Amino acid sequence: MTRKRRRLYFVLLGLLALSGGLALVLTAFEDNIVLFFSPTEVAAKPVCAQRCRIGGLVANGSVVKEGERVSFDVTDTVETVSVKYVGILPDLFREGQGVVAEGKMTEGVFVANNVLAKHDENYMPPEVADALKKSGRWKEGEPVPAAVVH
Amino acid sequence: MHKFANPTQFMRIANAIYPWIAGLCLILFAAAIPIALVFSPPDYQQGETVRIMYIHVSSAWLMMMIYGIIAANSAMFLIWRHPMANLAARASAPMGATFCALALVTGMLWGQPMWGTFWVWDARLTSTLILFFLYIGYIALSDAFEDSERGDKAAAILALVGSINVPIIHYSVEWWNTLHQPSIMKASSEGIDSSVHPSLLLPLFLMMGAFTMFYFALLVLRLRSELLAAKIRNARLSQIAGHAAAQPAE
Repeated sequence: MTRKRRRLYFVLLGLLALSGGLALVLTAFEDNIVLFFSPTEVAAKPVCAQRCRIGGLVANGSVVKEGERVSFDVTDTVETVSVKYVGILPDLFREGQGVVAEGKMTEGVFVANNVLAKHDENYMPPEVADALKKSGRWKEGEPVPAAVVH
Repeated sequence: MHKFANPTQFMRIANAIYPWIAGLCLILFAAAIPIALVFSPPDYQQGETVRIMYIHVSSAWLMMMIYGIIAANSAMFLIWRHPMANLAARASAPMGATFCALALVTGMLWGQPMWGTFWVWDARLTSTLILFFLYIGYIALSDAFEDSERGDKAAAILALVGSINVPIIHYSVEWWNTLHQPSIMKASSEGIDSSVHPSLLLPLFLMMGAFTMFYFALLVLRLRSELLAAKIRNARLSQIAGHAAAQPAE
């Protein structure tokens, strides 16, 4: 085996070992790497007794605003968590859209002190979005039908 | 591949294609800037803010591609000791760091109005920040030794170890839940699929092409001047050696 060959194998093996080790570490710390918990996880485990973040879609028809006081439901279509929040909402916040709320569970209600809007990966001009909604081929919060993009 | 290791060979090819790269870069920028920043339509939810995306995604694409190039060149340098590979990696690092910083800054400027925050410690943002630190570490380490060869080797090892971060950045939005949106491009068996409307995708592709050509054009320029500097250094050294030989020590 020439020295160059040996160095090549050494580099390849090193990278393999390193990525294996890192994969184990990342799997072990998965709960710390995820940014938020889904309503299903919140219902199953007492993860939000302390401060935490929950994420999901803002349930349709659940948003009630009284000045700066807002209450809405966050859903992952299986479970739903009611959220109370006082403050300014980001521009993208609306029903059917993704949202991440930071706070903790108190008496069955998630009291948030920060609400962030999650943006989806759909990009299109307003006219196209209007046309799609009118023809009933697409609703906000859903993936865009592939035929539109091609 | 090994014939590019010869600096004279490499520069002959590089100098021949340089006018084409530079010309293409100019044409693409001339088309991309007005289309992306003025003539393309706004987005249905983000409005005009979508225009940040053209710079953000192009910068992010380059920061990933340049890191891949640095890692591949570092491997070639460590395994086959090609000095040209080391030069290419070192010349790329400051550009990669710049585009990484640009991706981070444009992302923050977009995040404040859209998400409601400049920064969250989600997997995508955090791994991108780590990439920026890897770039800075690479640049610092390659200049940290008196003996430049030791610095080159240490930096090349750092670049290889850090290359694991590149797939992590790419898949972070799929492996973990993040605030950052998933990729807008999805490769499947039926080809590449995108959730971006063609009227917004065209300026993005033009901008990404322009950024990529810009990087390659700058890389050729930087390598050219590095090789010239090495020539001057060698000429000086042989001059000094000649002097020393002419005046023997007493």
